[in-house]
Amino acid sequence: MTDAAKRSRTNPTTVYFSGAPCECAPGETVLDALLRQKPDLAYSCKKGTCLSCILKADGPVPAEAQEGLSPTLAKQGFFLPCLCPPLDGMLIEPAEGKGLFADATIESADQLAAHITRIRLRPNEAFEYEAGQFINMRRDDGLTRSYSLASVPGQDDLLELHIKRLENGIMSNWAADGASVGDAVEIQGPNGSCFYLEGNAGGPLMMIGNGAGLAPLQAIARDALDRGHRGDIHLYHGSRHADGLYMRDELAELASQHANFYYHPCLSGSAVPKGCRRGRAEDVAFGDHQDLKDWHLYLCGYPPMVEAARKTAFLKGASLANILSDAFELRELRIEPRD
Amino acid sequence: MSDSLFERIGGAPAVEAAVDVFYRRILADPLISHFFDDTDMDAQRSKQKAFLTMAFGGPNEYTGKDLSDAHRDLVRRGMNDSHFDAVAGHLQATLEELGVPEAETGEVMTIAGGTRDAVLCR
Repeated sequence: MTDAAKRSRTNPTTVYFSGAPCECAPGETVLDALLRQKPDLAYSCKKGTCLSCILKADGPVPAEAQEGLSPTLAKQGFFLPCLCPPLDGMLIEPAEGKGLFADATIESADQLAAHITRIRLRPNEAFEYEAGQFINMRRDDGLTRSYSLASVPGQDDLLELHIKRLENGIMSNWAADGASVGDAVEIQGPNGSCFYLEGNAGGPLMMIGNGAGLAPLQAIARDALDRGHRGDIHLYHGSRHADGLYMRDELAELASQHANFYYHPCLSGSAVPKGCRRGRAEDVAFGDHQDLKDWHLYLCGYPPMVEAARKTAFLKGASLANILSDAFELRELRIEPRD
Repeated sequence: MSDSLFERIGGAPAVEAAVDVFYRRILADPLISHFFDDTDMDAQRSKQKAFLTMAFGGPNEYTGKDLSDAHRDLVRRGMNDSHFDAVAGHLQATLEELGVPEAETGEVMTIAGGTRDAVLCR
């Protein structure tokens, strides 16, 4: 439980969403309270990372509910209800307004691999971002999901997303089957701090990801190479099946162009074709490199893998500040309230 | 020697240098790692940092009650003097690894040792 939630434990409070009163139970966040009345509200990580639950308040907002928001957003009253202890009488509105969502148009939708759809978006206005950051994409019915950007500013004209099809994923199935060229969507972002940092051009970089976690990693690698990174860059991409190792040709080509870029496709299933490493990506990576002092790591993919790899990398000597991960989680894996 | 312990030891940068070393030692110790195996490593690191700031004589708002509240669940899960001793050992080893002089190390260990009863909820 957060300190904020603890503080609110003793005082029963009422907040107002679009004018309708909502009782908050002791210790509850504003998001959990609102979800009881409006289960359709957008949310995902419930820990202040993905920003998909963002709302707007008219009046005071607890400071912890605006941590990590840009000053522009905070000043307009935007806040994260998942981090927000309820203030009695708080007036809350859906998040609409300048600086939050921007219009974009789908320029292409195609299959990169059996379960991975590539969506390319043209933002209607200039959209500045760092390779490796993520956006929230909102469909016209309000459905919102977080996706990493696979494109690199300066190298790619369009914003590119790699969307893994999840069995019951509403957005991912729509991306694969329903989305058409010319469809309008809205995007919010860029978010996240998982991107290439200047000032370490000679140091080694390790990137570990599985599935569509490749999207931001290959972008960060291309960005680093483009900016003249001189240290070794090792990209470990894992999948259970060979058809999940998408972009193999492009990455092999990149490795042939840059002597300091190493691409390691890894397969954890039983059939391992020539050119692939056997084992899970993180196991192969940590087997290759024992001492990670001075390494910078980028981890993306299935959240339990990311957390475990973070710990392993830390124990192998990497500084926590140098282990960057794409920390948003799949809503489908996070339907229970957080403690 | 009018400077405070926190200033002599190097202030916030010293805490920053110590926290990864200290947290890594704890996670690598099977006797105690399960008490610290928070999946949210950033949150865990912040807690270690707050503790080190206090032990280094730095600005903090810790009270005995806070320490007890924070550790009550761990005590229920069996945390006792042997675990406290292990953490204290890692603190001492961290200070040695970072080359903190003996006198300052002694002062830090005294402050840390003074939290024993609060941490163990006694």
